Amino acid sequence: MLAMNYRGPRRVRVSQKPMPEINHPEDAIVRVTRSCICGSDLHLYNGNVPDTRVGMTFGHEFIGVVEEIGSEVQKLKVGDTVLVPFNIACGKCHFCRQGLFGNCHESNTQATAVGGIYGYSHTAGGYDGGQAEFVRVPYADVGPTVIPPGMDPDDAVLLTDVVPTGYQAAEMGGIQPGDTVVVFGAGPVGIMAARCSWLFGAGRVIVIDQYDYRLEFVRNYANCEVYNFKEMSDPVVFIKKLTDWMGADVCIDAVGAEAAGSALQTITGRKTLIQAGSATAVHWAINSVKKGGIVSIVGVYGPTDNLVPIGNVVNKGLTIRANQASVKRLLPRLIEHVQNGILNPKALITHRVPLEDAADAYRIFSDKLDNCIKPVLIPPSARV
Amino acid sequence: METPVKENSNLAKDYSHIKGWGIDADPKNDPTYPMKQNRTDDEQTGYSWERPTQQPVTIEVLRSIERPNVSAVFGTSTPPSGLSGVIRRFAFKFSESEYGHWLPLLLADRVNAVEGIVDDLKRGHIPNIIAEKGWPAEWKHNPQALAKKILIGALVTTAVIALVRRNKSEE
Repeated sequence: MLAMNYRGPRRVRVSQKPMPEINHPEDAIVRVTRSCICGSDLHLYNGNVPDTRVGMTFGHEFIGVVEEIGSEVQKLKVGDTVLVPFNIACGKCHFCRQGLFGNCHESNTQATAVGGIYGYSHTAGGYDGGQAEFVRVPYADVGPTVIPPGMDPDDAVLLTDVVPTGYQAAEMGGIQPGDTVVVFGAGPVGIMAARCSWLFGAGRVIVIDQYDYRLEFVRNYANCEVYNFKEMSDPVVFIKKLTDWMGADVCIDAVGAEAAGSALQTITGRKTLIQAGSATAVHWAINSVKKGGIVSIVGVYGPTDNLVPIGNVVNKGLTIRANQASVKRLLPRLIEHVQNGILNPKALITHRVPLEDAADAYRIFSDKLDNCIKPVLIPPSARV
Repeated sequence: METPVKENSNLAKDYSHIKGWGIDADPKNDPTYPMKQNRTDDEQTGYSWERPTQQPVTIEVLRSIERPNVSAVFGTSTPPSGLSGVIRRFAFKFSESEYGHWLPLLLADRVNAVEGIVDDLKRGHIPNIIAEKGWPAEWKHNPQALAKKILIGALVTTAVIALVRRNKSEE
C-alpha cells in the first residue's frame, strides 16, 4: 500500500509499505479516505519529538471504511464508515474511565505521560498513522465512531482532532459569561478555540498571530478581534492595554513548540533543541492573563523541559489546565454542533492534496505557503 | 543503597491516630479535570482494572521503566535497529524524567536519518532529497525564499571547503 514515509527532519516521501495486520483481537483495519496533516505533525516533521524513527508513517487525523475486524470487535462491522479519534484508548483503565481518553494507560509502552497516538513517534506508542491507504486501528470498539449519515467527510475528518482540541481548549478555560479570552495562534486549533469560546459565553475573543492571512480568516470565521504580534513591541503590554491594564480572564496557548516571537525561545527551542520547543506562546499566556485567571494549554511540546515563568504562575495565583483533547468524551456534543450548523469545520480546509504529494503538502503547511490553513491528503481509492 | 519500596496498595487505611484527619475535606472542591467521577480512588490499589487481552510481543518493544509491563496494545512500526537502536536501548535505561532518556533518543533520531540514506543506497535506491524536502512546492509558491536558502547553503559550503583546504596547505 502507499504510505507517507518519514526519512528525517523535513524529509518525507510516499512509498509502498506492507499492509497493516490485525495484531490484537480488538483491532480493525481501516481503508483511509481522508487524512489531515496536523500542526503537531510539524513537530515530528521538524525532528523535535524524541524517538521519531525513520520509516514511520504519520497521521492522527483520519476517517475511512472498516475493511477487517479482530475476533473481539463487537460494535463495528466491515463496511462501516468511521471517524477515528487521534487518541488510542482502551476504555477500561482508570484514566479512560475518568474520561481522560488521551491518557490511556494500556496503549503506550514507551512513555507514561501520554497515551497512544496514531503516527506520533514511539514516544506516543509507535503506531503507524493514517497518512496511508490503510491503517491498523486498535481498540476498535472504543475510539472509532460511525459517521452519521449525511455528514460531509471533510467535517468528519476534522472531528478527529481539530474541533475537539479547539473546543477543549475553550472548555478547560472555564470561560464564564462576559469573560475576555485571548487565543495565541490562528492555526486550525486556535481558530476553532476562538469560535468555541463564544459557545461558553465569552464576552470578548482576541486572537494573536503573526500571519495576516490567518488573522483575516479567523476574524471572519469566528467574529473576533485579531492582532499581529509583529506589529507590536510587546504583546503582553498590548493585551494589558486592551484589557484596561487588568489582563485577560482566560488565555489559550494554541501554538505549542513551533512558536515564533522570541529570539531566545526560537534559538533554544527550535534551532538547538536545548528546550522542548519554543515556549513563547505559553510564556505570553501566563504573563497576559489576569491575576487568578486561567491558562489553557493545548499547544504540543516535547517531553523535556521548557523555559516558562513559573514564578509568575505562583505569584498571580493562576490555574493551568492542559491536556491532549479527550476526543471520545467530546464527540457526541460536537457531532451535534456540526449537525445543527453551530460549527462548520470544513471551512478550515484550504488544500486537498493527493496522498502521493505529501512531501509538497508538508512543505506548504510548514512554511505557511499559498495561504495554507489546513491540508487534507486523499488516497487514490478515495479520489475515484 | 536503593530505598526500599513500600507499595501504596499495602498501606493501612485507618487514620484515627492522626489528630484532625479529614476535618476540612471538601469533596466538591475537586480541581481534577474532567472531575473524577464517584471518587473511588481505585488507582490507589494499582492496576485494578480488568486489563484488555495482551497483544503478543513478537517484536522488540522498548518499555518505559516507569511502568511495570508492556501496555495491552502497542505499535509495531519500525522496531529499533542498527546503531540508532543501540542508542535507543541505552536511553530506555533511564526514566522519562532524565535527560539520559531524551537526549540519547534525539541523537538516535539523527543517526537514524543517516542510516535511512545508507539503507536506501544499499537497496539501490537514490533518495530524491529535493522532492522529499518539498522544494518543488516551495519553488512554486515562494521561489525567493528557496533561492536565498540555496545561496546561503552554497556560501557556507564554499567557506567550509576553503577553510579545510587552507588548514591542509598550512600543514
